[in-house]
Amino acid sequence: MTTTILDVKGLAKSFHGNAVLHDIDLDLPSGTTTAVLGSSGCGKTTLLRLIAGFETPDGGTITIAGRQVASPGSAVAPHRRGVGYVAQDGALFPHLTVGQNIAYGLRGNARSEVRARVAELLETVSLDASYASRRPHQLSGGQQQRVALARALARHPVLMLLDEPFSALDTGLRASTRKAVAGLLAAAGVTTLLVTHDQEEALSIADQVAVMHDGRFTQVGSPQRVYRQPTDRFTAEFLGDCISLPCTVASGVADCTLGRIPVQGSAPEGPATLVLRPEQLVATVVSDSERLDGVGTVIAIEFLGHDVLLTIDPAGDTAPLIVRQHSLSPPPIDAKVRIEVVGNGIVLT
Amino acid sequence: MTSTVAILVAATLIPLGYVGWATLSIGWSRAYHLVVRPRVGELLFNTAALVVIAVPLCVVIGVGVAWLVERTDLPGRALWRPLFVAPLAIPAFVNSYAWVGVLPSMHGLSAGVLVSTLSYFPFMYLPVAATLRRLDPAVEESARALGSDTAGVFFRVVLPQLRLAILGGGLLIGVHLLAEFGAFAMLRFDTFTVAIFQQFQVTFDGAAGSMLAGVLVLLCLALLLAEALARGHARFASIGAGVPRAMTPIHLGRNTIPAQAGLVALAVLALGVPVWTIMRWLWIGGAQVWVLNDIGMAVGQTVGLATAAAVLTTVLAFPVAWVAVRSRGVLARSVEGANYVTSSLPGIVTALALVTVAIHVARPLYQSVALIVFAYVLLFMPQALVNIRAGLAQVPPSLEEASRSLGSSPTTTFLRVTLRLTAPAAAAGAALVFVSVATELTATLLLAPTGIRTLSMQFWSFSSELDYAAAAPYALALVVLAIPVTLVLLRQSLKVAAL
Repeated sequence: MTTTILDVKGLAKSFHGNAVLHDIDLDLPSGTTTAVLGSSGCGKTTLLRLIAGFETPDGGTITIAGRQVASPGSAVAPHRRGVGYVAQDGALFPHLTVGQNIAYGLRGNARSEVRARVAELLETVSLDASYASRRPHQLSGGQQQRVALARALARHPVLMLLDEPFSALDTGLRASTRKAVAGLLAAAGVTTLLVTHDQEEALSIADQVAVMHDGRFTQVGSPQRVYRQPTDRFTAEFLGDCISLPCTVASGVADCTLGRIPVQGSAPEGPATLVLRPEQLVATVVSDSERLDGVGTVIAIEFLGHDVLLTIDPAGDTAPLIVRQHSLSPPPIDAKVRIEVVGNGIVLT
Repeated sequence: MTSTVAILVAATLIPLGYVGWATLSIGWSRAYHLVVRPRVGELLFNTAALVVIAVPLCVVIGVGVAWLVERTDLPGRALWRPLFVAPLAIPAFVNSYAWVGVLPSMHGLSAGVLVSTLSYFPFMYLPVAATLRRLDPAVEESARALGSDTAGVFFRVVLPQLRLAILGGGLLIGVHLLAEFGAFAMLRFDTFTVAIFQQFQVTFDGAAGSMLAGVLVLLCLALLLAEALARGHARFASIGAGVPRAMTPIHLGRNTIPAQAGLVALAVLALGVPVWTIMRWLWIGGAQVWVLNDIGMAVGQTVGLATAAAVLTTVLAFPVAWVAVRSRGVLARSVEGANYVTSSLPGIVTALALVTVAIHVARPLYQSVALIVFAYVLLFMPQALVNIRAGLAQVPPSLEEASRSLGSSPTTTFLRVTLRLTAPAAAAGAALVFVSVATELTATLLLAPTGIRTLSMQFWSFSSELDYAAAAPYALALVVLAIPVTLVLLRQSLKVAAL
């Protein structure tokens, strides 16, 4: 039986009369990582700051490890909440060395203990012990981020809050730092809440993804679920490219330009919109002699390295479709292709 | 251009050269006797005590006020923010005059500390407030999340990051304390500068005065050295490219009333007393103190001298700033160094040096307008330079290269791009120099040719004769003239925050 570390109920917040968050509910089971995913300005950072205690809610409650820390009437100060917080760019203290930064929250312990803990934490975040005497500005962005994490881990927080922790890093570094951080947070067993605008980041790092739009969660669930079974159009489109086709649903099967496609879950009968991911479509070149129904023409090719995006004009009056497939020997422009659909489609009304 | 700059750098070394030359020509044994004597010990004690007490007081007041105004939810912060820059519009000697008017018995060290602290704390408040506005709130929030309360965050995170601003402000205040003559003379508080001035009035170009000046220069250098050592290699630039977030103000709660009362008291002491005294003397003096001919003459001469000095200083500062910003090497470094040292030398040393040089080398220049304007250029070049350098640093060479590639000659490029973009900074620098000259007292008293009666000279002669009512219109004119400088300084500090 897992316990709930963070329990947010009916949280609401507005700034100068503008409602930023409406009625947010969120549960974080112990030892898991949750990503709040949304575009900038959707309210996700405000949610994080409310949980950290830098802002006070207008409505609702926040409970951390069984202790209610915020409600409209009362709020526990940030330094008494026992949460770890890593800001966007690390926010290392510029006047302290790396070692002093990590030791900041360890006041009151014996000096030898502090030194041992700093060394241990540096090792945890895969930095050499010699880094302890360096200054923050002598570190690269990824190293700064890891020091900030070590600093936040020093006090054994029950909950770790990460505010866009990888967005300041360049692409190559981002992936590797993300992997390292996810690994060590999982190893430490710390419950983590991460805020990000990067779909790939949220899907790859989290056990649970909460998609936020205009201060509300549109869907909360496992990465696979929110990607494969989005419950609304915003979630579907925010998590990746979509192909939308008009269709008619009858007994669990959608009838559309691409043929008869099985539908996930229970869908109401009648006309609807079928949503597919580009990787569900496979285009195969056909010879002119075997023209059948459902044959389209490749009108553009976009080379993306490991993948290609094919723009295909299906026969009839349907808008062009985008197909994503691996880039080995793609069909040439003007080739006639047959489009097959892998897996189920999602029906949104 | 290089030779112009080299000549200017050499000219800034005249005061130091004068002290060295005076020591040599007096001879070591006589110089030793002139320096090691009880009077010098007394002056040394007074001056050192003044610096040691007034500078920390300014730190406490300046940092406290800046923190209250910038970081808390104190009501009326928008009003307080510019108000605590306003004391800069009141020259320290006018402030002394005001306090003597209120408490005629005021004198000595405590009086000197009171008046100079009230006059100079804005030099601490301005840079500290600007730095506070620029600090990344995420750093303080991280400290909160790591278990620090408001006081802990202030002492462990905010204060250390203010170190450079505090040291810079402290140095500026220290330099002013060493250089101030009028304020302390009026309070009968003998510092080195006061003693040198009195010595000059008695013996003119005497050996005793030169040796006192030598000790004063050593004190200045000691101050520079102390600041440089305390600063070390500190570099507290904010790291990372985080988006600066608006700071959530700290809730003062029941501390609001004591904090507000403290600010009101400070405002009354620093602004209320001088304004009230000037008004009171004007009221007592009535219509007869407004001798319009004399006042008009003084205003005319002051504005004339200040304009000439401001324009000349700004024009000459351009090539120097150019070298400092755009070139690397011996010349650029010597510009930096010379500027750093001369900016801290008291006006009285520069004035004495120029008197001596004029008498011995260029007799016709002695008691001429040219010499006094030259003294102003030497004294206030650093102010113009700081501004123009900052302005030039904002003009990336790539803009000039773009202009050149579009067919403009170097001269046209300078006029259409560089000068155009630097103009606001240069204007701010010129305004600062103008006001500094208009309110300058020490060097003006020493160097003014017969027939020149500036506002500060008139004010000084009336208040020295204890005719406080007659001095009041001049005090008012000095304050009004100095108001633009406070506006320029305030705007600059707000602009720093916007960067």
